[in-house]
Amino acid sequence: MEKIPILRMGNLLLVTIQVDLYDRLAETLESDLVQMIKKTGARGVLIDISAVSIIDSFMGRIIGNIATMSKILDAETVVVGMQPAVAITLVELGLPLNGVLTALNVEKGMELLKKKIAEEEPEEEEDHGDTE
Amino acid sequence: MVTLNRESMSIMREIDVIPFRNRLKEYAVKIGMSLVNQTKIITAASELARNMLKYANGGKVTIEVVSKGRENGIRMVFKDEGPGIPDIDKAMKDGFSTGKSLGLGLPGTKRLVSEFAITSEVGKGTTVIVTKWKNG
Repeated sequence: MEKIPILRMGNLLLVTIQVDLYDRLAETLESDLVQMIKKTGARGVLIDISAVSIIDSFMGRIIGNIATMSKILDAETVVVGMQPAVAITLVELGLPLNGVLTALNVEKGMELLKKKIAEEEPEEEEDHGDTE
Repeated sequence: MVTLNRESMSIMREIDVIPFRNRLKEYAVKIGMSLVNQTKIITAASELARNMLKYANGGKVTIEVVSKGRENGIRMVFKDEGPGIPDIDKAMKDGFSTGKSLGLGLPGTKRLVSEFAITSEVGKGTTVIVTKWKNG
């Protein structure tokens, strides 16, 4: 069965979608990613969709699901590289991907993820420092 | 409206949607449709094909290259023999069956195309005809 690979890099998971998604493939990715977060304790997920030319309501929902599920498992999701035509189409379709963090490209997405993760676990390290 | 080219495809399984989308893309490129309009029509087609699969166990789609005056476009007819839609007005309202479960995102799909027509008979099936003009 065809699968979208999930790469691990430190406490992050990277997914680059290079093929046309169809429903089952997208659903498999959703469950694989959630399993992977659990298994690796990843704190962030970066999904690169720069090669994806079509996102319809189903795919949009899967992306939203992944973000929500990751959040419940204490990981942030950032979707990067959306093509402008896809963004225009999604908004007209009535699916603005509310609640999904996005960034223009992988580099900016990484920055955003690292910032988000750092925001969430500041106490231990910073409290030992100059606050007291 | 003059039909320049016509091709029919069966959509009986989810995987059939991909060759259909690819074929549609070829036609859209051939008539010189902009990337944004290509994306819109392929997305709309994807939604309608999914509805056919989800509600009618599949159906048939005809892709036509059409021309009206100086304008070229693509017209698609989605025909199924499913249960039909009892209340089309309701199905065409934003928020009906969209949101959580999605599928049947007819109002959104309508916004993506230039012309949209739907006829449905309960127990007989549903036909959706959409047209996207090259510059529409």
